[in-house]
Amino acid sequence: MSVRRPLLEVAGLEYRYSPDAAPAIHDVSFSVAEAEFVSVVGPSGSGKTTLLRCIAGLQQPTAGEVRIRGRTVRDVPEELAIVFQDYGRSLFPWMTVRHNVELPLRHLPVSRGERTDRVEAALAEVGMADAADRYPWQLSGGMQQRVAIARAVAYQPRILLMDEPFGSVDAQTRADLQDMALAVWRAHGSTVLLVTHDVDESVYLSDRVLVLSQPPGMLAAEIPVALPRPRDQIETRASHDFVELRAEVARLIRRAAPAD
Amino acid sequence: MIRLLRGVTGAAILFILLELATRADLVNATYLPPASTILAATGQIATDPAFLGNVGGTLLAWGLGLLSAAAVGIPLGLLLGSSRRSYLASTTAIELLRPIPSVALIPLLILLLGRGLDMRVLLVAYAALWPILFNTIYAIREVDALARETARAYGLSRLAILRRISLPAAAPFIYTGVRISAGIALILAISAELIAGGGPGIGTWMISNSETGVPRELLYAGIVVTGLLGLAINGLLSAGERRLFRWHHRVRAAQ
Amino acid sequence: MKVLRGIGLRVSVLAAVLITWQLITVLVDDPVNWPTFADVIGRFWTRWLTNPDAWASSLAPSLARLLAGWAGAVLVGVATGTAIGLSARARDVLGPIVHFLRAIPPPALLPLFIVLLGIGDGMKAVMIAFGAVWPILLNTADGVASVEPLHRDTGRAFRLPFRDELWRVILPAAAPRIFAGLRISLSIAVILMVISEMVATVNGVGFELVQAQRGFRSLDVWATIVLLGMLGYALNAVLALIEAGALRWHRGATRTAE
Repeated sequence: MSVRRPLLEVAGLEYRYSPDAAPAIHDVSFSVAEAEFVSVVGPSGSGKTTLLRCIAGLQQPTAGEVRIRGRTVRDVPEELAIVFQDYGRSLFPWMTVRHNVELPLRHLPVSRGERTDRVEAALAEVGMADAADRYPWQLSGGMQQRVAIARAVAYQPRILLMDEPFGSVDAQTRADLQDMALAVWRAHGSTVLLVTHDVDESVYLSDRVLVLSQPPGMLAAEIPVALPRPRDQIETRASHDFVELRAEVARLIRRAAPAD
Repeated sequence: MIRLLRGVTGAAILFILLELATRADLVNATYLPPASTILAATGQIATDPAFLGNVGGTLLAWGLGLLSAAAVGIPLGLLLGSSRRSYLASTTAIELLRPIPSVALIPLLILLLGRGLDMRVLLVAYAALWPILFNTIYAIREVDALARETARAYGLSRLAILRRISLPAAAPFIYTGVRISAGIALILAISAELIAGGGPGIGTWMISNSETGVPRELLYAGIVVTGLLGLAINGLLSAGERRLFRWHHRVRAAQ
Repeated sequence: MKVLRGIGLRVSVLAAVLITWQLITVLVDDPVNWPTFADVIGRFWTRWLTNPDAWASSLAPSLARLLAGWAGAVLVGVATGTAIGLSARARDVLGPIVHFLRAIPPPALLPLFIVLLGIGDGMKAVMIAFGAVWPILLNTADGVASVEPLHRDTGRAFRLPFRDELWRVILPAAAPRIFAGLRISLSIAVILMVISEMVATVNGVGFELVQAQRGFRSLDVWATIVLLGMLGYALNAVLALIEAGALRWHRGATRTAE
């Protein structure tokens, strides 16, 4: 594996919801290289979402820091977009699909024509070109999540953060969305950090899987995934290496969970 | 605690600003007397038996009107809420009456009933009727379905279901209707006095004072007293709501 | 079929009510106090509906005052309500003052306003605005304060400038509550328009109403009440229409959520 320079660095990150509460995440350090696809998995309550929100600048860490290209993040960084799990509440129901995707572009220094092009292209990429003039609530859950991904893609971020993006759709839709996310990632050469509780998903998608421990969330392990790309829902998942890796991650998560 | 502190700070700042504005001649004192003068005048009329008699007059029309509205609105609401057919039949009449601004009835009621207490009570009752009526109708409708089915399955009679299930479950909503009506009733009680004059009342007192040109601070003081009256009525009814329906989660959710 | 039967029932009940009114008033035979339905509608027709002079001399000034006052209430209410809704500190500081001012029955301010502002149109507009502003202000503050947190986060995550966040996220999200406030405030505005014209003016629908009462012209009183009822109904219907257009997404979204 070639050495790539880190785009995102997380150093000694800690977050407490109040000064006397136990930390939700504690001393988390890792880095993500340019164009890398990294997943964070962990048992529920391990602070995955908190970690993501700190990286996104939506919450200020109580200790440690997040750096993007060496610069410390204090507010929401410019080069970053986020896809939330709850597409139903992150898309704006009073706007059409087109306007939802367009909204974040309005304040970027791009011409109106380019804006429209970007929206069209992003919607086409996620297979939603025909739904541009419909409202989010007229679409199925999987389609809404496609729109949310298109919104992030159109923003052309250096780093794409995804918080359990496929958590609330059925299995078939989920597989489709995973392959679509991979296609988008490959096409744009962007960097993706994905939070999930689904072990299979993390192995299937990523170059590297980070395992968080039970609260306080600490980095328990870091597993490189050297499966060949492009990956395939049936072939890859049936391969011996995939099964091995999945088992390893699952064991680590079980160990990370509290003994009860 | 911090909220109380901030609230007190806000009120204090407003008080000081008003005081300074007139003391520094930014505002003509004949239009807006200093806040401290208004406060003193409020204390003066709040202990003046003649003024308190006027407050009593307003409260009498208010109370009787509100009671009559409840006495008509709650039973009528129960009936219309539990029978789809009677509701349908009455909506036309209700939709015709409701858009009429209640104060528009004052001249008509003066012609029909004169300027006495009964005119005021009827007007207050008419305006206060609507929130009570609609809250009762909607409450009874919403409660029902499952609870009523269950009760019927256990063989309770219609009347027993109404008394044991529907009414207790609807009570918080009905009470909310009464609380809303109480505020409207006060507005109408004072409106009637302003326009019809007649017996003792805050509105009568204000109109006659504004015509005879008493010191401005007395007019302001009268307004402060009515504001406090409105606050007190709402505060008492809200406190009653919390005491009576502590079990009812909506009361807490609504806070 | 069921809908048709519902309409049929309603129409027949309406007819029954009006016929009863007609019958009773004919039997009572006291046209001064209890005019018949036919008489009232006839007078409403000649005195208001088909009388352009009355429109120009009474209805137009009344509507102008109403709309000016209400527009002022909307502007101040939405602006202040948004500011209060966005800041918990502003809510705490201004809360008691707002609740006190709201508790004052607006008609009680009338004598003072007459003394301060005279009996002109400005006074009436201020009076209407003062009474109508509270439901808008409180509903806006409430709606803005309870915007879905994920909507706000999404706005922040995409670094939306405050202008975009306000106009395209916060206000649309609060719009259903704001409209609820607008509806309440509009009916308050009509009441205050009538009452301010009753106490002090030389024209307007409220003025005509009081003149008719003073002249013991009860038929005119009835006809004017009919007019005010229709006015209230029409204003409400127009607002409901605007609301239905502006909140189409809201109805769609809540229907799918069920």
